[in-house]
Amino acid sequence: MKVKIKINDKDQFIEIDPGETLLETLRKLGYKGVKHACSTASCGACSVQLDGKPVLSCTTFTAAVDGHEVKTIEGFSDENSLSDVQKALIDEGGSQCGFCIPGLVVTAEALLSENPDPTQQEVIDYLKGNLCRCTGYESQTRAILKAAKERRLK
Amino acid sequence: MKTLTEEKLNVVNTSVEKVDGKALVRGKPVFTDDFDIPNTLTVKILRSPYAHAIIKSIDTSEAMIEGVACILTYKDVPHVIYTRAGQGYPEPSPYDTFVLDKKVRYVGDGVAIIAAETENIAERSMKLIKVEYEVLPPILDYEHAMDKDAPIIHDESEISGAYDPKRNIAAHYEMEIGNVEEELKKCDYVVDETYYTPNQSHAMMEPHGAISYFDPNGRLTIITSTQVPFHARRIIKRIFGVNSRVIKPRIGGGFGGKQALHVEPYVVAVTLKTGRPAKCIYSREETMTASNTRHAMRFRARAGAMKDGTLRALELWGLSNTGAYGEHALTVFMVGGSKTLPLYNKVKAVKFGGDVVYSNTEPAGAFRGYGAPQGMFPLDSVLDELAHKIGMDPIEFKLKNSIREGETSPIFKIMGEGREGVDQIINSCKIEECAVNGSKEFRWYEKKKQPRIDRQRQIAHGYGVAFAMQGSSIPAVDMGSATIKMNDDGTFNLLVGATDLGTGSDTILAQIVAEVLNTTVEKIIVYSSDTDMTPFDKGAYASSTTYVSGNAAKKAAEKMKREILNAASEIMNKPIHTLELDKDGVISEDGSTLSFSDLQTKLFYTFNQRQLEVTESFVSEVAPPPYLVSFAEVEIELNSGKVKVIDFLNYIDCGVPINPVLARGQVEGASAQGIGMALFEDHVMDKSGRIITNDFFTYKIPARGDIGRIQVRFVKSYEPTGPFGAKSVSEIGLDTPGPAIANAIFDAIGIRVRRLPIRSEDLFFEIRKKGL
Repeated sequence: MKVKIKINDKDQFIEIDPGETLLETLRKLGYKGVKHACSTASCGACSVQLDGKPVLSCTTFTAAVDGHEVKTIEGFSDENSLSDVQKALIDEGGSQCGFCIPGLVVTAEALLSENPDPTQQEVIDYLKGNLCRCTGYESQTRAILKAAKERRLK
Repeated sequence: MKTLTEEKLNVVNTSVEKVDGKALVRGKPVFTDDFDIPNTLTVKILRSPYAHAIIKSIDTSEAMIEGVACILTYKDVPHVIYTRAGQGYPEPSPYDTFVLDKKVRYVGDGVAIIAAETENIAERSMKLIKVEYEVLPPILDYEHAMDKDAPIIHDESEISGAYDPKRNIAAHYEMEIGNVEEELKKCDYVVDETYYTPNQSHAMMEPHGAISYFDPNGRLTIITSTQVPFHARRIIKRIFGVNSRVIKPRIGGGFGGKQALHVEPYVVAVTLKTGRPAKCIYSREETMTASNTRHAMRFRARAGAMKDGTLRALELWGLSNTGAYGEHALTVFMVGGSKTLPLYNKVKAVKFGGDVVYSNTEPAGAFRGYGAPQGMFPLDSVLDELAHKIGMDPIEFKLKNSIREGETSPIFKIMGEGREGVDQIINSCKIEECAVNGSKEFRWYEKKKQPRIDRQRQIAHGYGVAFAMQGSSIPAVDMGSATIKMNDDGTFNLLVGATDLGTGSDTILAQIVAEVLNTTVEKIIVYSSDTDMTPFDKGAYASSTTYVSGNAAKKAAEKMKREILNAASEIMNKPIHTLELDKDGVISEDGSTLSFSDLQTKLFYTFNQRQLEVTESFVSEVAPPPYLVSFAEVEIELNSGKVKVIDFLNYIDCGVPINPVLARGQVEGASAQGIGMALFEDHVMDKSGRIITNDFFTYKIPARGDIGRIQVRFVKSYEPTGPFGAKSVSEIGLDTPGPAIANAIFDAIGIRVRRLPIRSEDLFFEIRKKGL
């Protein structure tokens, strides 16, 4: 079947299998930043934004997002720039192996668009579904609070 | 972030940005599964549903559906015995593994390799393979592995290096200094208790995976998520008799789980059979149930002391479960003693030993801490119990008996990894500063005066402390090397075999080289872990990269510096002793300069033409331990037994941190994994031996919000044998959470937990029994 999805601001017409997940479709199209880590909607590594809200692409059918807008990690920076969240993650040591980071960034961006001034507890609550095995989370929380503050001051 | 050091440093001891940082936060295609090679076959593994069985027949005829390239069984792969353990050669692990065997030894053991055009076809084909098994009685409880009537798991004639496979003993070790029995008799107080640590899963976010293909010139190339590319190449040669190139791309976490071969032999078998590229990426379930876990261990700990708090005798006697195969069996077990007991070097007698047994469970392997967390839980717990018995503050008791600078322990020489160790005098040990400064910041003594139980809210608070040491490298065994090549644009290529698995080792090695060469990290272009392109390195394990690979990088940089000064002396026509490195170039006493770029350009085109390139190797004679004192505050719900770590404060002596932000991240992350091991991570097996906790819902690693605060403080320390004063930092953080939390629970409610993970339901029943 054929679907139309706007991916990172670009309309795409894509031939898919009916049972295909959004994770499979996106990775097939070359959006390798979308990570496959669990297949059971329990780790957050495959997170993308669907119409601005974070969803887990490993358990979202591609057919179901026909006509909608998807934003992946690749849509948050280009070769010349980093988003403030990405920059803060590097500065605070919030990205070690980096495998959970794409999912974390797209979810954190959704948080900041909903709530530009989150408390530490709100950051933790919103990002609970994004597991990380490297950092112990402390540096990531610091980074997101720092990015939020800088964004508000802009 | 800066920490104090004696040396005047420009690049080292600063938190420069990780050299792969931008690529990782942008989600660039840098991991194994991100590489798409045209015409690649998808590889899936049919796994045993039985814990112990013999394959009587396999019929693949119906499974050869359209789109299946090959199905390989034990009849189709080389019958070569090996160990999956990625260790120095010859490995101290038994050779007890085949790529596929006629016998399966745990639920999840490989039965057949299916290679197909798509994943879907491979999965359909897998269901059509008919296997007839002769089911054998399994050993699912490792404490019964040595029973008289226990089935023999490794009865293959080819096995070598196992201690007594007929009794299911993969490895055995024992040592005694002095006479523990006699010394315990002389003690005023003795504690004798048994402690258990669990088969924790690594649960790295990136599952295991590998790709193999023939490059255009026919060289077998393997891209794999490994911590040990050079060992992988050597083992692939052993199994298949082929030469290969192993490339490690970025790794999505390893923690020791990738210090073994898992996927590589499967894809190589397919590529050799079909000539086509083959990719195999494990599912989360396979990563959880068919790779490696931490060795579950039981230790009987005995400790005796005098009334004044003088510790007199210590003993750890253990039983370790290596599961179906013996990778890292002996060495992990020995580290349970060799990297814990020297901390208390003042004892008159010390004894360590026990058995590592096979069972029909998922094989155990290397896991961050490598036995030290399993040894430190009983050791620190028994000392805490003893301190309470004496009526002494645990910090004072542990400090009174622990090692100091200028001292040694005979254990360093007696116990190495799988063999004798090396003598060493401790040059840097700031454990006293860790304990004293840490107790001040934690407000240990004030908190100890507060009431623990809040009846109103039905909660209790408790405060625990744990001490730890680790090592830095496996001395006299493991080697690292580095090549530095000078470019005509003023940059240098740093080629290292060292394996950055997310730790930041590429970055800290670049910092070390930049420091010596008086340049910046941006000018050091790092390529790591490609066995055809980079010099050898043992790989990422044993807390060795900063220390061994770091020393190799420093040696290489110092040699490059000499080469540069030599060449500059010729070009500038000035005596070498009048020259020094200045920012990105050479400066002479009279102020004339020559930039690195000009120097190498002249050497390329116009002057005594040559490429400046150096290689140096490093093997350590010692393994200086880092030290750690951790303070835990826990909150216990008396109505449920739920334990939450409110505050976890680490004071660490890791020498000079090369990159303080990255070093802090290592300790924070290790603390979280240790808290997971202490409170959350619990594998459950059904009656058939199948692990039912096989995803992130059922096997709970700490999530955001499960842990309160984790803090890290570096104490000022300098290790003279380390690169710019550094020691290791990555593993030690996992040693303390288990005992610190158990000690804190005892402090809160007087209940001593001797088994990890601490399940809230178990604790709840104890709370009820005690009538709290």
